[in-house]
Amino acid sequence: MTMILITAVTVLIFLVIFQIAKATEYVGILNGEEKSRKETNKINGLLMVVFLVLGLIGVWYCNHLLFNKTLLAHDAASVEGARVDSMLWVTLAVTGIVFIGTQIVLFLFAYKYQEQDNRKVYFFAHSNKLEFIWTIIPAITLTVLVVIGLRNWYLFTGEPPKDAMVVEVTGKQFGWIFRYPGKDAAFGKKYYKNIDNASNSLGIIWEDELSHDDLVMEQTMYLVKGKPVKLVIGSRDVIHDVGLSHFRMKMDAVPGIPTTLWFTPKYTTNEMKEITGNPNFQYEISCDQMCGNGHYSMKGVIEVLDQEEYDAKMAGQKPYYFAAFPDKDPSNTKPIVADTAKVAATPAEVSTKVIAKN
Amino acid sequence: MSNEAVLHASVGAHHEAHGDEHHEHHQDTFITKYVFSQDHKMIAKQFLITGMVWAVLGGLMSVLFRLQLGYPESTFPWLQDILGKWAEGGKITPAAYYALVTTHGTVLVFFVLTAGLSGTFANFLIPLQIGARDMASPFMNMLSYWFFFAASIIMLSSMFVETGPFSGGWTAYPPLSALGDASPGSKSGMDLWIISMALFVVSSLLGGLNYIATVLNMRTKGMSMTRLPLTIWALFFTAVLGVLSFPVLLSGFILLIFDRNFGTSFYLSDIFINGVGALPNEGGSAILFQHLFWFLGHPEVYIILLPAMGMVSEIMSVNSRKPIFGYMAMIGSLFAIAILAFLVWAHHMFVTGLNPLLGSVFVLLTLLIAVPSAIKVFNWLTTLWRGNVRFTPGMLFAIGFVSLFISGGLTGIWLGNSALDIHLHDTYFVIAHFHIVMGVASMFGMFAGIYHWFPKMYGRFMNNTLAYIHFWVTIAGAYMIFWPMHYQGLAGMPRRYYDFSVWESFKQFGELNQFISLVAMIVFAVQLLFLFNFFYSIFKGRRVTTLNPWGANTLEWTTPIRPGHGNWVGEIPEVHRWAYDYGKDGKEFISQDTPIGADESHH
Repeated sequence: MTMILITAVTVLIFLVIFQIAKATEYVGILNGEEKSRKETNKINGLLMVVFLVLGLIGVWYCNHLLFNKTLLAHDAASVEGARVDSMLWVTLAVTGIVFIGTQIVLFLFAYKYQEQDNRKVYFFAHSNKLEFIWTIIPAITLTVLVVIGLRNWYLFTGEPPKDAMVVEVTGKQFGWIFRYPGKDAAFGKKYYKNIDNASNSLGIIWEDELSHDDLVMEQTMYLVKGKPVKLVIGSRDVIHDVGLSHFRMKMDAVPGIPTTLWFTPKYTTNEMKEITGNPNFQYEISCDQMCGNGHYSMKGVIEVLDQEEYDAKMAGQKPYYFAAFPDKDPSNTKPIVADTAKVAATPAEVSTKVIAKN
Repeated sequence: MSNEAVLHASVGAHHEAHGDEHHEHHQDTFITKYVFSQDHKMIAKQFLITGMVWAVLGGLMSVLFRLQLGYPESTFPWLQDILGKWAEGGKITPAAYYALVTTHGTVLVFFVLTAGLSGTFANFLIPLQIGARDMASPFMNMLSYWFFFAASIIMLSSMFVETGPFSGGWTAYPPLSALGDASPGSKSGMDLWIISMALFVVSSLLGGLNYIATVLNMRTKGMSMTRLPLTIWALFFTAVLGVLSFPVLLSGFILLIFDRNFGTSFYLSDIFINGVGALPNEGGSAILFQHLFWFLGHPEVYIILLPAMGMVSEIMSVNSRKPIFGYMAMIGSLFAIAILAFLVWAHHMFVTGLNPLLGSVFVLLTLLIAVPSAIKVFNWLTTLWRGNVRFTPGMLFAIGFVSLFISGGLTGIWLGNSALDIHLHDTYFVIAHFHIVMGVASMFGMFAGIYHWFPKMYGRFMNNTLAYIHFWVTIAGAYMIFWPMHYQGLAGMPRRYYDFSVWESFKQFGELNQFISLVAMIVFAVQLLFLFNFFYSIFKGRRVTTLNPWGANTLEWTTPIRPGHGNWVGEIPEVHRWAYDYGKDGKEFISQDTPIGADESHH
């Protein structure tokens, strides 16, 4: 119903506009085409200035409304991210000046040099001097921006510091799997044909003993404040992207081709809650590369902790190897009774559920 | 009183003087004149109108997905009436959302802004402005349109496939686009998408070869390359770009077809699909496709933009009543852009794990494009300076083009700098950037061209008042839609998200999204006003009564008001000067076919 109403109103507005437009054309012809053309020319000339002024006010107002909703309202959450931000500000300054300057010139020229009967145009076909100036100045400015940019680029894509911890990130439709190398600081090998959703989500080759202490977690990754971290990124199915907007970092997850990314978290999650004033603050990993119909929900979380909190957290984690082979778990061998009780409980639970359903 | 009577009361006597089809060598039937026409002007109109149909469909798709983004909590029962199972309960499903986004992108980039823009104006303007009776091969030209038509039909039919049209983004990155098991849209919808695109490539190659051959070989006497109007230079470079890059895209598609249907592993490796298991493919590179795709994909941006630049240069000069400033610099910068267009493709791939050294080369080359772009902008500004500007609708859109090109071009400096791109890549910042600089700006170039050459196409004017409303609402609306998206991008908000409600970092823009959606609908409605004006004016517009209504120098205005097949009635005029002698020696304008006077000054 509302749809019909909206359509009707729209059509009505169209009709009115059309009638006005037609009438203006008639009046124009009756009054003499040349005269009415000059009148509309004046109106459009004036609108050029109006648009310029309202537009610049709009730019200011938009910034006023939205700036605090962007990431720039507070510090970048990584050491490297701060460099991204400072580069962003320099780029903004350069492009901002050019933007405002050229837009003003464009619309003011249009207004100022609008058609007037007594104006004689200036036949000005070229000027080597002018053209040289506006080739050289942009070229120099851009060189500066390129130099800043490439220094950062080589830092970001270069080797991480020696003391960096390593976490493996694997994307899948539609979630994230994280693997830590464990005490031996080395990952066990993996092969995608070993993947089995129930017990081996990454396809780890268990014969490789390096894998036996690897920790595997889903959805949440734990990092240490002030400790550089290198992510080794891969994908199980299609291309994903590890998007870390608070750390100003991003890297594709490509099946078959591992990629890397490193950064140094600057604030713990709790500190960021205070900085942003948002008690629900989370470092989110957003998938930034179209990966299927669940793309928009492919969320991971990073929790940045102090070293002590991190150590405590990690101490409580069991290697993934033991999830795949519970009988190898030393903690399982001692209290046999408890374990069998647990195993026994599982079918019992299922059967109660079935009963409840019935 | 009828429209016709009021508009033409004083000029009735002239009507007979401009008979429509002089000089026809054969009897035209409806079929040969309007359907399988080999007249470049009719083919141009076919491209234009097909492009308009696609623009409406593509625009409508954006309105539909903007409904989801702006009003994620609401349901619209009428959507279910239109889309059926794709909008169960009046809410667009994620699958439908992604299909809409993908098709919107594909259709607007290729069908509207490539075929609709350069297909229309290359066909229409090249023979008319270089002084030729038709294209080098009118038959190939006709085929070019009909291949495009076939591509259109197949693309359209993919909307009605049970598993839905392709929904993996217009860039069609494998493995997503290669594996039907990874996304239902990659099933038969994707087969149709590839076939349609392959036909489209054939169409643009046939067209492009023809444009190049015509510009190089069929210029009239005296029309040296350096006397060509800038429109022709731009369309020429566009055609060269297309001919050199579209085949690479096609090769990428062929490998994709092999991976999809014949079990090869060009792009596939180490893949485990939930519910299917591990695939046998090993050793392929998903990144290879991106290289092949963007080797076209980036030149494609300039295929879209250059014709608009060329037309804007021409229209700006005509309506400033002043020569284009720096004609040779304009050609030089077009040339530089065309060369650089081939050397920057990997700036779309900074976050794919590209070799850092290679990345830095692409940063350098990418930012280099800003130099010729800056030259063009400053030259346009200087063209306005001390001119005598007439705000015809074409001129307004040309000025709007420059404004948008500046705004969108400057953010290219952000995104082309890889270290900054890492942060902004695939966020709304990118959407804002390319919609302003490539989408809206090129649309403005197209509108400028349509308003400016409509009198030549149909022998009538479009309604100015409607045109002015169209312009002011569209430019204000375009900025209101895309300007705030920079801020969303600076908040890290990713593209192609169906819903932001679960994201603590991105859900703060609810009101803004609603505002953007509302403006998008208004702007879309105003485009319908433009379409109405266009079709109404074909039949009822004010008649053109003089040969050269804008007082322009180029050759198309020396043809009869409604030129027949062959364009000129008698001899093709000879050219004696460049196209930009406006305001020279106190003369308002000097047409290109006017011989150089004895006492004429040099410039």
